[in-house]
Amino acid sequence: MKSFTYERARTPAEAAASVAKIPGAKFLAGGTNLLDLMKLEIETPTHLVDVQDIGLDTIEDTAEGGLRIGALVSNTALASDKRVRRDYGVLSRAIVAGASGQLRNKATTAGNLLQRTRCSYFYDTNMACNKRQPGSGCAAIQGFSRQLAVIGTSDSCIATYPGDMAIALRVLDATIGTVKPDGATRTIPMADFHRLPGDTPQIDNVLERGELITHVDLPRPIGGQHFYKKVRDRASYAFALVSVAAVIQPDGKMRAAFGGMAPKPWRVEAAEAGLHEDRAAAMETIFAGARPTEENAFKIPLAQRALASVVAQTRS
Amino acid sequence: MEFNAPADTNLFDTAKVVGKSTPRIDGPLKTTGTAPYAYERHDVVANQAYGYILGAAIAKGRITAMDVSQALAAPGVITVVTSPDTDVPGKSSMNNARLFGGSEVTHYHQAIACVVAETFEQARAAASLIRTQYDREKGRFDFPALAPDAPLARGRGDKPDQARLGDFDGAFAAAPVKLDATYTTPDESHAMMEPHATIAAWEGDRLTLWTSNQMVAWGKKSMGEALGIDPENIRLDSPYIGGGFGGKLFIRADVLVAALAARAAKRPVKIALQRPLIANNTTHRHATIQRIRIGADKEGKITAIAHENWSGNLNGEDGENGTYQTPILYAGANRLTSNYIATLDLPEGNAMRAPGEAPGHLALEVAMDELAEKLGLDPIELRIRNEPKTVPATPEKQFSDRNLVRCLREGADRFGWSQRKAEPGTVRDGQWLVGMGVAAGYRGAPTMKSGARIRLDGSGKVIVETDMTDIGTGSYTIIAQTAAETMGVPLDRVQVTLGDSRFPASSGSGGQWGAASSTAGVYAACVNLRRAIGEKLGFNGDEAVFADSQIRAGDRVIDLAEAGTMSADGEITFGKFKREYDVGTYAAHFAEVAVNAYTGEARIRRMLAVCDAGRILNPLSARSQVIGAMVMAAGAALMEELVVDKRFGLFVNHDLAGYEVPVHADITQQDVLFLDTLDSVISPMKAKGVGELGICGPGAAIANAIFNATGVRVREYPITLDKYFERLPVIA
Repeated sequence: MKSFTYERARTPAEAAASVAKIPGAKFLAGGTNLLDLMKLEIETPTHLVDVQDIGLDTIEDTAEGGLRIGALVSNTALASDKRVRRDYGVLSRAIVAGASGQLRNKATTAGNLLQRTRCSYFYDTNMACNKRQPGSGCAAIQGFSRQLAVIGTSDSCIATYPGDMAIALRVLDATIGTVKPDGATRTIPMADFHRLPGDTPQIDNVLERGELITHVDLPRPIGGQHFYKKVRDRASYAFALVSVAAVIQPDGKMRAAFGGMAPKPWRVEAAEAGLHEDRAAAMETIFAGARPTEENAFKIPLAQRALASVVAQTRS
Repeated sequence: MEFNAPADTNLFDTAKVVGKSTPRIDGPLKTTGTAPYAYERHDVVANQAYGYILGAAIAKGRITAMDVSQALAAPGVITVVTSPDTDVPGKSSMNNARLFGGSEVTHYHQAIACVVAETFEQARAAASLIRTQYDREKGRFDFPALAPDAPLARGRGDKPDQARLGDFDGAFAAAPVKLDATYTTPDESHAMMEPHATIAAWEGDRLTLWTSNQMVAWGKKSMGEALGIDPENIRLDSPYIGGGFGGKLFIRADVLVAALAARAAKRPVKIALQRPLIANNTTHRHATIQRIRIGADKEGKITAIAHENWSGNLNGEDGENGTYQTPILYAGANRLTSNYIATLDLPEGNAMRAPGEAPGHLALEVAMDELAEKLGLDPIELRIRNEPKTVPATPEKQFSDRNLVRCLREGADRFGWSQRKAEPGTVRDGQWLVGMGVAAGYRGAPTMKSGARIRLDGSGKVIVETDMTDIGTGSYTIIAQTAAETMGVPLDRVQVTLGDSRFPASSGSGGQWGAASSTAGVYAACVNLRRAIGEKLGFNGDEAVFADSQIRAGDRVIDLAEAGTMSADGEITFGKFKREYDVGTYAAHFAEVAVNAYTGEARIRRMLAVCDAGRILNPLSARSQVIGAMVMAAGAALMEELVVDKRFGLFVNHDLAGYEVPVHADITQQDVLFLDTLDSVISPMKAKGVGELGICGPGAAIANAIFNATGVRVREYPITLDKYFERLPVIA
């Protein structure tokens, strides 16, 4: 771990200004991912701005009939909120499918969106990794890629976004609210938040320097049956090989987003109508242009079967 | 005491303490976090500095330059010890890989430097400032590609490791029913909770090592060899061990480098291997390829059986021999076993819980299931039809005690085997396909000479001192039970002190020999003490009755406290008569597994082990060992794999996020049954260990249950869903 300086901010604006001011500064919330990465010198911030005292830790009803989730609401609090469990079951289920009870107590809503890939080569500083060290190459493309992405990748990077919560937020059409160092705010749709790697895989998302997530908004509930099916090698405490967040209406129409497949939650709205009518064809559209490796090609048929498993549950 | 004939009736046959379920006497220390593990022994020596080991960034080649100037200048740094600049005079005869010293790199994450600093964080930060240049060489990293050309390993007496009986080729060719299948098992990591850790301190030329090691006497000898010093100047102390599984049988880099760094720093140094280093820096279980051919007549009698095994290792030595159980388990007149070993430039493969047998059962016991399927026979019935009368591959040898058929029959009753559907893929529970599997298990029950010292403190308290270790197995408790039984005192009047090389050398913990051997050694020392008390107080110590903290000798009744302060050493050695026998432990393992018909996710629903291991010294801790081993077997069957990057020569998934072991949610109901058997050939205790028996078979039972559930056979372990979900029966 590199030495760093540390401060505790009192307001969101102060936190954003501090990070903008100091080159190499980062926000620290739950620390469940950042501190691990710092110990391995994968992340080497010069300065940490601890945001635990800035509020943003409540879940409020919105005028539009949805919910506003503060950036610092813990995963445990969010998953167990009565309104979330009643109206946004896919979100509760996705969150409890991830990590462990201890980690979910500490991890925050905003931090979870920002967790970094779990690619083995990203984690080993002796190995080439464009995401960790731009320009060094990608050891994963010809290497151990079983867990990695099959679509949305580039010749620079095939890392997967590893989280579960974001897959559910994507299917719910959530938006992310931020504050910039100059005090300006903006709203980013989930669909636009995570970036595809292209030639700059070191940049995971569209946040600007010093821009702080303040909340996540959920629109009005959409009803339907909510599912989060996470397929993995052991029953708990493992990252998804494939996951599917789905909301299925009584008439069979559905929304579906996929995890474990891409550098971001993967959802193709244009193909969703087809999921009800001709699922196989629609899945082909959703994963059109996929470039899997020999080791992870199984993920595409597995995603089809995971969704079929979910659909079958609506009949029972 | 020499044990040179089968045991007669003795005090353990009427035992009051031995054989009774007894909570661990060290349990409260462990559950309250107060048991002193190696890295946390802050009080044993003052002024401890922190060492941090840097691992090599390449798998094979030479270090051409190392620049440590920035590290030396970093805050808190006391010294930096580098491998190229360190002359390590020798090498432990028990290490295949060189642990430190010189410029040659023979495997990834080999220790190449150690930074010593005032704090752990300072040492770690400074280690990343070391700049190393290498001359890389091509390495042999692709075991499956190298295996076909691998030579036979060197077996006993340096002879090629191959054994034949009768005419396998002829009998196999003539057999009406044949099975020929090849199975692969991956490299696996011990993944114990406590990493390898040591505190080293020099006092003149005397070295003390507070460490975490299964075999204290071996460690002392090995450190003497490596440092070129008299082992009598070395003390090892290892009273608590947070898991070893064979990974701590031998000294590793933490011990050697801590000693070298402490000498350089002129201060005590403590080192724990960081988790990402453990997979590649220490040892692992080797991958295997195993081909099994079995020929049988139409009634299922085996006429020919061949088991050929391939593995690989550094220097082409010490492989993983999956054939160990095959000469023992099933009858058959014509036999072949062969063990080949390739030379690799991957990290050192070495012993991991039931080395050989654990992967061996994953092959043989699935082959038996496949043969039963071909014969249309129940797999339990097939095994019973091939139950041998003497040791199949060495018919002149007797079994000391063998009750495998009882294990299978009693297990079948308990598990509800009659409910199993012989036709695979026919039991549905919602989206899940459900099946049952069975496997037999065999693990040898070796014994090693073992010593102890028993002291009386004058108040009637009995103190046991031996360098025996407790690696989480329950040694403290069974040793206390043995001493309590033999000296006739309640358990709470016995104090057990373990793991210190100043005490008499014991068997140590490994190879499932610890329980049988170390308790026999404690018994031998107790017998010597009883005789010494008799001499002191004027009675025959062998004839007197020691019970209720009293001694009854003829008409005399003497309080044990009256013997005053006394001490006796004793040692058990085992005679040659054992060579006439195969002394082993047996089990029948059962599993019920559900497989998601869509995704291939496999979830274990129930497991049962029925064990035949002679007297069970402490059924409570023996059960813990067996259920722990069943968990490890489940990991091997379903998820554990060190993934080799064949380009760079390393295990890529070198942390506990990448190397998945079972979690609680993977393990539901586990049941263990011990048969009430006694083996008079093993030791005076008539008791055998179970720690490795428990991992021999459950993985195959799980694999067989997956086949019974789905009709799909996967022969490449671990059985992860990507290997078979597309072959699952289609569900509308």
